Amino acid sequence: MSTEGVNTARRRFLIAATTAVGAVGAGFVAVPFVVSMQPSAKAQAAGAPVEVDISKLEPGQKLTVEWRGKPVWVVHRTEQQLADLPSLNNLLRDPNSEVATQQPAYAQNPTRALKDKYSVLIGICTHLGCSPSYVLAGDPGQPTADWKGGFFCPCHGSLFDLAGRVFQGVPAPTNLVVPPYTYLSDTRILVGVDHQGAA
Amino acid sequence: MNMLVALRDWVDARIPLMSTWNDHLAQYYAPKNFNFWYYFGSLALLVFVVQILTGIFLTMNYKPDAALAFASVEYIMRDVEWGWLIRYLHSTGASFFFIVVYLHMFRGLMYGSYRKPRELLWIIGMLLYLALMAEAFMGYLLPWGQMSFWGAQVIISLFGAIPFVGDDLALWIRGDYVIADATLNRFFAFHVILVPFILAGLVFVHIIALHEVGSNNPDGVEIKKGPKGNRWSKDKPADGIPFHPYYTVKDIMGVAAFLIIFCSVIFFYPEMGGWFLEKDNFIPADPLKTPQHIVPLWYFTPFYAILRAIPDKLWGVVAMGGAIFCLFVLPWLDRSPVKSIRYKGIIFKAALAVFVISFVALGWLGTQPATPLLTNFARLFTALYFAFFILMPLYSVMDKTKPEPDRVTYNH
Repeated sequence: MSTEGVNTARRRFLIAATTAVGAVGAGFVAVPFVVSMQPSAKAQAAGAPVEVDISKLEPGQKLTVEWRGKPVWVVHRTEQQLADLPSLNNLLRDPNSEVATQQPAYAQNPTRALKDKYSVLIGICTHLGCSPSYVLAGDPGQPTADWKGGFFCPCHGSLFDLAGRVFQGVPAPTNLVVPPYTYLSDTRILVGVDHQGAA
Repeated sequence: MNMLVALRDWVDARIPLMSTWNDHLAQYYAPKNFNFWYYFGSLALLVFVVQILTGIFLTMNYKPDAALAFASVEYIMRDVEWGWLIRYLHSTGASFFFIVVYLHMFRGLMYGSYRKPRELLWIIGMLLYLALMAEAFMGYLLPWGQMSFWGAQVIISLFGAIPFVGDDLALWIRGDYVIADATLNRFFAFHVILVPFILAGLVFVHIIALHEVGSNNPDGVEIKKGPKGNRWSKDKPADGIPFHPYYTVKDIMGVAAFLIIFCSVIFFYPEMGGWFLEKDNFIPADPLKTPQHIVPLWYFTPFYAILRAIPDKLWGVVAMGGAIFCLFVLPWLDRSPVKSIRYKGIIFKAALAVFVISFVALGWLGTQPATPLLTNFARLFTALYFAFFILMPLYSVMDKTKPEPDRVTYNH
């Protein structure tokens, strides 16, 4: 190819300009495809609040309901279990629930609950999303020698106490999430809505 | 006959039929000293073809819908004529794909096939390995069993460990706030179209790169640098033989042996005691209950054990990624004057042995519950795994090597 009489600087500029315009165009075309993979309007609209009847929940028992496709636990804690909570503080990463994203402000207290007796938690490990199992003191498969009861994640061995607070030395970085919830009456909880109203 | 020759010539004048055949088969000269370890490249290609073919037939009956997927797999197993065979070919093929690829990679480690001038060939191979892992992972969600669901939950949550963008990225990958129908649907699309397409493209580039630089061999010496002239050509390497018919025939022999083993598993041990098809995956996905022992399939467990060994979310993910990244930079870690293990010294041989033991041990540990004792073992083997790579620039220089021969060694 003869390059005689060719303005190479202009040719380079035109090639660069064409490439740049093409790349910008490709970038814009990519947007709808990338955004189409976000949760759809239908997925966003799903997730109505769930009402839980706790009248038959005996002390020490746990029940699980589904909210937004995730397990939500309600645990009826015994007096002994509540008394044990402060004794664990030295073993925990975040005993005072200082990571604000993990619970609504009204659950940022020693028992991480609206009412001390009932713990409401999203049952998804903050490590990689497995659902931990509920292991009480004295149950088979104690994670530690002096286990006071709590949650053990079978996937990677993370440990949480009965307030969903994470222990040190396990892979999970933060406490279990407390969902927004409110009491409709003494025996009925509405998960997914604050007492202020919005989810 | 003349008609056929005329037809061939007519085509050859329009597409490069004969020259492609010659360049890549009939006149591609491979070292004459290939051994047992050189079966696994062509076997990987065979398994890839098996997976594509069986996959096409599985999609004819499979339903990528969270409400229907589990039942549609059982429908294939029970009601579709020969459906069980096609499904077992595909599920067993996945495990055999990894067996063959791991042996293929081990061959590269032994004979220094990653060394100059084959660095890119090795990296393309590593990209193939990554794509294969993505393909296997996404395929495993499709039966929508308990292990499908919770395995995907864990792996997608790995992306959540990335600082700042992690949670949004995980949400974007799932397409919902939890693993849901949207996730299943898109994984189906990736598993049957996108990733196979990438795999096929990378296989093509892998072979083109191989044929550009030429095959390595168990002696790790370059036949292109040796004397020229053989029975077929006076300017081709003296130690090269045409791939076809010499190695096509050898590979067919390997295929026969492979198929005997492969078919034994399909017909007699398709679940392989839970190693190829996990027992918990015969339970439909339940978003409220994680199985007691959640483990990925065996081919991911070494990396899974490394992830679990680190008691920190972000660093665990970094270590797992690092374990794979180390393999990518291997060509620049090995500073030994020789390529093949035949001429390397005792240090490299010991290091490779420790590495293989660590990899297998991590693989086993990844299948076990995370008890404190086993976690400490996982930490030990994780350290040894990384030591193999991190210390390689040192020990590969210190190692007392034997002189390489000028030409490949070959016993008639």
